[in-house]
Amino acid sequence: MSKLDAKIPEGSIDQKWTKYKSSVALVNPANKRNLEIIIVGSGLAGASAAAALAELGYKVKVFYFQDSPRRAHSIAAQGGINAAKNYTNDGDSVHRLFYDTIKGGDYRAREGNVHRLAEVSNNIIDQCVAQGVPFAREYGGLLSNRSFGGTQVERTFYAAGQTGQQLLLGAYSAMQRQVGSGKIESFSRHEMLDIVMIDGKCRGIIARDLVTGKLERHFGHSVLLCTGGYGNVFFLSTNAMGSNATAVWKAHKKGAYFGNPCFTQIHPTCIPVSGDHQSKLTLMSESLRNDGRIWVPKLKEDAEAIRTGKKRAVQLSEEERDYYLERRYPAFGNLVPRDVASRAAKERCDAGYGVNKTGEAVYLDFTFNTKRYGRTEATKKGIHNPSEDEIVRLGKDVIKEKYGNLFDMYKQITGVDPYEEPMQIYPAVHYTMGGLWVDYNLMTTVPGLYALGEANFSDHGANRLGASALMQGLADGYFVIPYTIGAYLSKEIAVKAIPTDHEAFVEAEKNVQERIDKLLNIKGTKTVDHFHKKLGKIMWDKCGMGRNEKHLKEAIDEIRALRAEFWKDLRVTGTADDLNPELEKAGRVADFLELGELMCMDAVNRNESCGGHFREEYQTEEGEAKRDDDNFAYVATWEYKGGENNFELHKEELIYENIKIAQRSYK
Amino acid sequence: MSGNMNITLKVWRQKNSNAKGELAEYKVGDVSPDMSFLEMFDVLNERLVSENNEPIAFDHDCREGICGMCSMFINGRPHGPKEGITTCQLHMRSFKDGDTIVVEPWRAQAFPVIKDLIVDRTAFDRIIAAGGYISVNTGNAQDANNIAISKDNADEAFAAAACIGCGACVAACKNASAMLFVSAKVSQLALLPQGQPEKQTRVLSMVAQMDAEGFGACTNTGACEAECPKGISLKNIARMNREYLGAQLCSEKM
Ligand SMILES: Cc1cc2nc3c(=O)[nH]c(=O)nc-3n(C[C@H](O)[C@H](O)[C@H](O)COP(=O)(O)OP(=O)(O)OC[C@H]3O[C@@H](n4cnc5c(N)ncnc54)[C@H](O)[C@@H]3O)c2cc1C
Ligand code: SF4
Ligand code: FES
Repeated sequence: MSKLDAKIPEGSIDQKWTKYKSSVALVNPANKRNLEIIIVGSGLAGASAAAALAELGYKVKVFYFQDSPRRAHSIAAQGGINAAKNYTNDGDSVHRLFYDTIKGGDYRAREGNVHRLAEVSNNIIDQCVAQGVPFAREYGGLLSNRSFGGTQVERTFYAAGQTGQQLLLGAYSAMQRQVGSGKIESFSRHEMLDIVMIDGKCRGIIARDLVTGKLERHFGHSVLLCTGGYGNVFFLSTNAMGSNATAVWKAHKKGAYFGNPCFTQIHPTCIPVSGDHQSKLTLMSESLRNDGRIWVPKLKEDAEAIRTGKKRAVQLSEEERDYYLERRYPAFGNLVPRDVASRAAKERCDAGYGVNKTGEAVYLDFTFNTKRYGRTEATKKGIHNPSEDEIVRLGKDVIKEKYGNLFDMYKQITGVDPYEEPMQIYPAVHYTMGGLWVDYNLMTTVPGLYALGEANFSDHGANRLGASALMQGLADGYFVIPYTIGAYLSKEIAVKAIPTDHEAFVEAEKNVQERIDKLLNIKGTKTVDHFHKKLGKIMWDKCGMGRNEKHLKEAIDEIRALRAEFWKDLRVTGTADDLNPELEKAGRVADFLELGELMCMDAVNRNESCGGHFREEYQTEEGEAKRDDDNFAYVATWEYKGGENNFELHKEELIYENIKIAQRSYK
Repeated sequence: MSGNMNITLKVWRQKNSNAKGELAEYKVGDVSPDMSFLEMFDVLNERLVSENNEPIAFDHDCREGICGMCSMFINGRPHGPKEGITTCQLHMRSFKDGDTIVVEPWRAQAFPVIKDLIVDRTAFDRIIAAGGYISVNTGNAQDANNIAISKDNADEAFAAAACIGCGACVAACKNASAMLFVSAKVSQLALLPQGQPEKQTRVLSMVAQMDAEGFGACTNTGACEAECPKGISLKNIARMNREYLGAQLCSEKM
């Protein structure tokens, strides 16, 4: 059988998971104590998996490159987490969340996995509240909800603009509880640099202690990669500086197939680039689109006047503004999915309506809703005929309570007060839907090796809906892997821990050491960041929001040339037996230089536009994405065949039995 | 796009935890006011590498004030001159052309220097592991809306939970006390009904671990609150002291 058996259980869609859970093989408690699991990553996926598996009695080791598990990049998620609770009584259900996610992903995700995700979404909220996660509440003491893009219900739970922080601190505390009781061993400032294969199965990892520089060998009956996304291929993204693809890329090179590498999400509302010194981009949460309206001037002359500082946004009357999302997509308006909103912003800016110096910014304006809230507050407080000033003042208080930290962050970065002037925003790389291919069990094509959270490709198709990544990370870790890992480990109970002087460990460590030495010995003239920035620019220009065959092919050539130059002219200072951030970055960028090429290859292969993948050759007359279900309703899955740029494409057909495939419309 | 500010930096350089460190001076030109403080360090580090010198090691990751990783002691203040922000959120527009800026690591016995500006803060993780959680196994939870929590309590718990574990409070305190950090977690969980069953053991174990890590005593100077980038309030320390006394009385009774 092909390696791409998704192992979706039989039965009707709403019974698959229930039946699976009651029939999957179990591991008895005495055996669990002898089974060792390595988890790489301590974000939502890793920390929740670590806690849940240790609670079950497995021996767990967790590795992460930051100094504390609480600093994994999940901490930065702002807006919220979805669940089909239907607390708002607005017609939500497991089926609707399932449907919205498949549709939002532009019909490129697997039905079975997504339905399971929707099913467990409610348990996540329950679990987090029980851990003491302080979600926002209404005056009556019950949980509050808001809406996110691509949906017409309010199903997003949140903790101000710090939802990821609060969820991660919940998972972290559950994990630390197990650390305290000795069931989890925690390895801070450790970077995984390869997996170890023995007899066709993944049996451990090679990790580098980032403080001493020592390489370490660790055995595990299985290994879980929970290492996040690879958006930093683009250099500039909303990801943290350390976010990287090394773990998944090393696994890929050892046999794990890579799914849909070209599916990247460009988020529409980020703070625009301010200069060459820029090191990262900052997201302004999608939740802002609940209350902010996006516009550019109707007239090019006005846009020009604003760019040169002759006019200010507030001077333009309603009639002089083009609320282009409301105009083009009346049904969803400002809440269209991210890919649609990003392209629309690019379209306006390319056409000459951008509003900042670089011409690459649009407005996100809160005036309208500030006043609306102000009037409601005035009524609540019994103020009759409030003055305009009073309305604005009251409204600002409401806006502040909802988004205060985001407004502060904006002001901090730009120096402009968003309570007074509308925000300027522009799309930026944010999330990667692609990742290691996994089956229903979350196992990669390498036996014993799993991928969870953003590191896998599984649930979001060609576009992820807002507030769904947090849901997926926690679903994978708390509620899926504790069951599905049993299917594999129940057959491993007779396997004793393999001593790490086994030749496979020795060999793997030697290879890692050689690569480190190679990086240090180039002794060229250019810094790591020099190459990273160049790669980022190629990717953004040619494999970003708009792609076409010609540019993608150019990009592939340019990346190959850049990679060759990297290995000839890189300079890494310092030594290997010391804390050496330049060396860490060098290893990561070396991997990005290979992954970037695969992303372009995947983008060339996919001759259609779907979700975040917009091929300029395939669009309707109105400029909407044109999908090709006859030829591309599959997961593009790449196998590494050894040597340089040698990949083979395998296809996992996507079968829709419960949802009728339709042209995605948000009009 | 470079700017027009010239800055003199005096930065703590220390090869490793055993080495003796010292301040080294660097001139950075063409600084733009729109740069973040860490981006200025990026520029300097790029230059150091191109001159074949080792760049300055510093901790950072999210660069948006939430992960708690960045930790510079700038001109005698943790996270620099502006209130309510982390080092990564500080921008050069807060400085003037010609300024001299002294940058050191957090100083505390419980936070040993690892290299240059990087310190070891794993003591915080061990304090959380000692009791900073609610013991609920995965899958055991009831429906989230079964227990109503007053908005005021929920908001107050959230305000305490906003702590990013950066350690600025410790660095600011002349006794290197970790009371603000510990009290923020104790308060968050004490304010919520879910946290009640373990409230006494929690505060006792966390405080015991805090003492074992070598953090100093709290003498109520309030420097921690003044320097905390997340506005964690001294009220949390008062609440923790009450919780602690109550728990001690109870444990003596037993
Ligand atoms: C600014 C921002 C805001 C967001 N807001 C939202 C939101 O509101 N709602 C939503 O649903 N989603 C949001 N997302 C997306 C979401 O936060 C992420 O997709 C999700 O948190 C990823 O979690 P994770 O556990 O898969 O990985 P991460 O949290 O990224 O964790 C990765 C872990 O892997 C470790 N690691 C990586 N490589 C290695 C290695 N080689 N060796 C050792 N350790 C390694 C890291 O140390 C880290 O612990 C947002 C993303 C960003 C960037
Ligand atoms: S209390 Fe404030 S200063 Fe101390 S660790 Fe928390 S956020 Fe940092
Ligand atoms: S780098 Fe994350 S808080 Fe500063």
